Amino acid sequence: MTSIPKPSVRHPGLARNALGLTRRDYEGAMSTLCAGCGHDSITAALVQAFFELDLPPHRAVKLSGIGCSSKTTAYFLRQSHGFNAVHGRMPAVATGANAANRDLVAIGISGDGDSLSIGLGQFCHAIRRNVSLTYVLENNGVYGLTKGQFSASADVGSKSKRGEANPQRPIDPVLLALTLGASFVARSFSGDKAQLVPILKAGLRHRGFAFIDVISPCVTFNDHEGSTKSYRFTREHAHEVAPVDFVPIRSEIVVPVNGAEADTMDVSMHDGSVVRFRKVDAGYDPTDRGAAYAYVRARQEAGEVVTGLLYLEEGAPDMHEINRTVARPLAELPHSELCPGNATLQALLEEFR
Amino acid sequence: MTVRINDFALKIATVNGTGSASANALLMQAIFRMGVPVSGKNLFPSNIQGLPTWYEIRVSGDGYTARPAGIDLVVAMNPSTYPEDVAAVRPGGYLLYDDSWPLDPELLRDDITVLGAPFGRMCVEAFTGDRERTLLRNIVYAGAIAALIEMDMEVVDATLRATFGRKPKLLDANFRALRLGHDFARAELECPLPFRLAPMDATSRHILIDGNTAAALGCLYAGATVGAWYPITPATSLMESFRGFCERFRVDPKTGERRFCIVQAEDELAAAGVVVGANWAGARAFTPTAGPGISLMQEFIGLAYYTEVPAVFFDVQRAGPSTGMPTRTQQSDLLSLAYASHGDTKHIVLFPANPEECFHFAVQAFDLADRFQTPVFVASDLDIGMNDWMCPRLEWDDHYRPDRGKVLGPEELAGLERFYRYVDRDGDGVAPRTLPGVDPKGSYFVRGSGHDRYGAYTEDADAYRDVMDRLARKLASAGEAVPEPELRAAGNPELGIITVGGCRAAVLEALDRLRDQGISLDYLRVRGFPFGSVIHQFLESHERCFVVEQNRDSQLRTLLMAETGTPRDRMIPVVEYGGLPLAADFVVEQVTARLAEASV
Repeated sequence: MTSIPKPSVRHPGLARNALGLTRRDYEGAMSTLCAGCGHDSITAALVQAFFELDLPPHRAVKLSGIGCSSKTTAYFLRQSHGFNAVHGRMPAVATGANAANRDLVAIGISGDGDSLSIGLGQFCHAIRRNVSLTYVLENNGVYGLTKGQFSASADVGSKSKRGEANPQRPIDPVLLALTLGASFVARSFSGDKAQLVPILKAGLRHRGFAFIDVISPCVTFNDHEGSTKSYRFTREHAHEVAPVDFVPIRSEIVVPVNGAEADTMDVSMHDGSVVRFRKVDAGYDPTDRGAAYAYVRARQEAGEVVTGLLYLEEGAPDMHEINRTVARPLAELPHSELCPGNATLQALLEEFR
Repeated sequence: MTVRINDFALKIATVNGTGSASANALLMQAIFRMGVPVSGKNLFPSNIQGLPTWYEIRVSGDGYTARPAGIDLVVAMNPSTYPEDVAAVRPGGYLLYDDSWPLDPELLRDDITVLGAPFGRMCVEAFTGDRERTLLRNIVYAGAIAALIEMDMEVVDATLRATFGRKPKLLDANFRALRLGHDFARAELECPLPFRLAPMDATSRHILIDGNTAAALGCLYAGATVGAWYPITPATSLMESFRGFCERFRVDPKTGERRFCIVQAEDELAAAGVVVGANWAGARAFTPTAGPGISLMQEFIGLAYYTEVPAVFFDVQRAGPSTGMPTRTQQSDLLSLAYASHGDTKHIVLFPANPEECFHFAVQAFDLADRFQTPVFVASDLDIGMNDWMCPRLEWDDHYRPDRGKVLGPEELAGLERFYRYVDRDGDGVAPRTLPGVDPKGSYFVRGSGHDRYGAYTEDADAYRDVMDRLARKLASAGEAVPEPELRAAGNPELGIITVGGCRAAVLEALDRLRDQGISLDYLRVRGFPFGSVIHQFLESHERCFVVEQNRDSQLRTLLMAETGTPRDRMIPVVEYGGLPLAADFVVEQVTARLAEASV
């Protein structure tokens, strides 16, 4: 994975967050992706989300698999530990990292090849375990690094750059995540930063697995007439159903929680911050899994790509709550709290006599 | 007739899933508690219920624990295997069978004594219900065996009481069954047999434990907090034991909070990934598996090697290739562990010979993984892992502190102008690492793609080679850090015998017998890979060496050739790979036959 260090130029006028850091402090190396790649917009949205959440960069870990999307973990949060794992296996590494240190804020970046083909099993089981991980699927329907093969998310009839139509049915990661019981399911578009940033912020604050599918057009191999993952197609067919604001805990909540205002609906996060759904379509309830599934499916049949924070269930126990793991990260426990000592061993061995 | 005391072997043939395991364990434990050295080998099918299964018990006052070659008493409880069970009795030995199911007269041999006992009918009369009758038939034969080999019934009773102490109703039925068998044998059969027990005091400092349980204890004591796995025979009981120990010793009694996290993963690929992620984030994490799991883990093993993330793998080997024979033992993963994954790799492998070493090597595996920042394998096998072995009481040194290797914290980082992940500061091939979440200055990027010493992506030949050469130096130096080989010098510069793992018991017994025949061999048992200088010297200083191992292709010999440059013709392969634990007779026969060939 190639990367070029980004020169750190200080601009005294840059805005600072509560930690006194600027957006620059959340950036990484220069991107080596193609100019105009949707993934770079997602990287920029991530930088903004981390900045706005006042997260200390070194308390975050960024993990990825293999592919264009997975390269992007080098392009943000240079002060965070990063882990570029093997193809499709980021969820396992993230599970291990979270098992060892539950205090780390884990962000996983994957692509449609990484998540829906080679890593489909890992993706599903990370959802099942409800690992605390913000999982961003940068979805372009195509294999970029190997130059243009269809991925498992390409729609039937979607055309490749050479003009062939994809004959196979796609795997829709949003429907899959809903089916598997994911506690946070969203879909956004790399070209819509205003929508993406609050979703990322809500995902990062969600305890458990936060799944965010981001349609991210591939300008080189999949941004042409006939592609259903192109900028044009997505702009024309995206339908924002569940737009959100993210209200951090420290902000004054001007609208009372639980929707005194007619066109909002608030869901409290575990840490007290609030996800505020704005102007939710009539009949759409982002806390009803079955309804969310049916709605996304119906709009899909009508040729629309539904975006927004589509489903949110706060309070579902994450991997550590299920396990009843001690609050302190396992990696920080001293050996004296882990080793029962020789006297205990000798007593135990009486059972082996 | 000569009477043999504390030197004989039994083989009990039953149907799996009928409860015979507890009867066999009762016999083993009672003999052990009589102070008599004993070992047991469970030869079981890959099946839940209904297939033939055998249990061999060897009693050896001399303390030999290898699989017995000749069986003095076969207890045939499964009519479907009568033919092979009759054939298994050594000439002059005894067959005890359940004559509720008649024995085909054609099977009878005139060189053995056949004893019939109506265990099935006795149970039908004494107990009610199919389940009770089936289960207790096992205790009835245990009672008969106890009478035949003159077990101390007070010890047997106490053992039974300890087993069923918390279930009085079961205890009562079991006592009745035990007496039923015992009294029948005393009344109707010639008791005791010409081979029998006599109390000794040879086990008071020992325990009966299997290698998987001992390894799990090692993980507990080493401070492992994350375990990831996918169930697989014969490694399953390692993680189940670890979970059991954690639930006893790592749960806060007040809050119920657990100081461990076990992930039952979707497959072995994921299990390896969890282990890599957890170690990277600073926990001690491990996975137990067997050959098929090792095959699936190759990708992550290579990643951990190249990115220098500690990881501990237990390979409880079984007969391969492919699914192979899941309930049979073998040492056939040696080559695939030593060089696991594509590209140029080499790994630290530890080879325990028994449960005691499983315990200690588990701890060492974590220390070595942290110290060398690399995957470490503990290559156990089904025989060591799943059978109960008599071994010295495990001891734990309370002064032990984990060797976490070079991990830089905020203070050390403050002294550096900049931190680079793969810069070898001390010239020992090991570059200091940092843990996530500790200090912004310590951040680095793990990549399985080509990287230079600064951790940056590279496709530059020199920068790539620089890292690869350091990895080679690092692994070479590990050869002196792994457990030293076990040596027993007989003062024979001509001939040596080299072995590994669980072959130890059979080889040492064979050496005693060969010595009685006037053949003395210097002995070396490999306990770690890469090979250290002692192994190189042993090979150089012996004209020829037998290499005894349990696989078809002499994998240890191949490794020795590749790593030490010892010529092929100086290492004579002695291999047993049928899936059953090695017996001393086989080693004696092979060695004497090869020596006879050579002298002709």
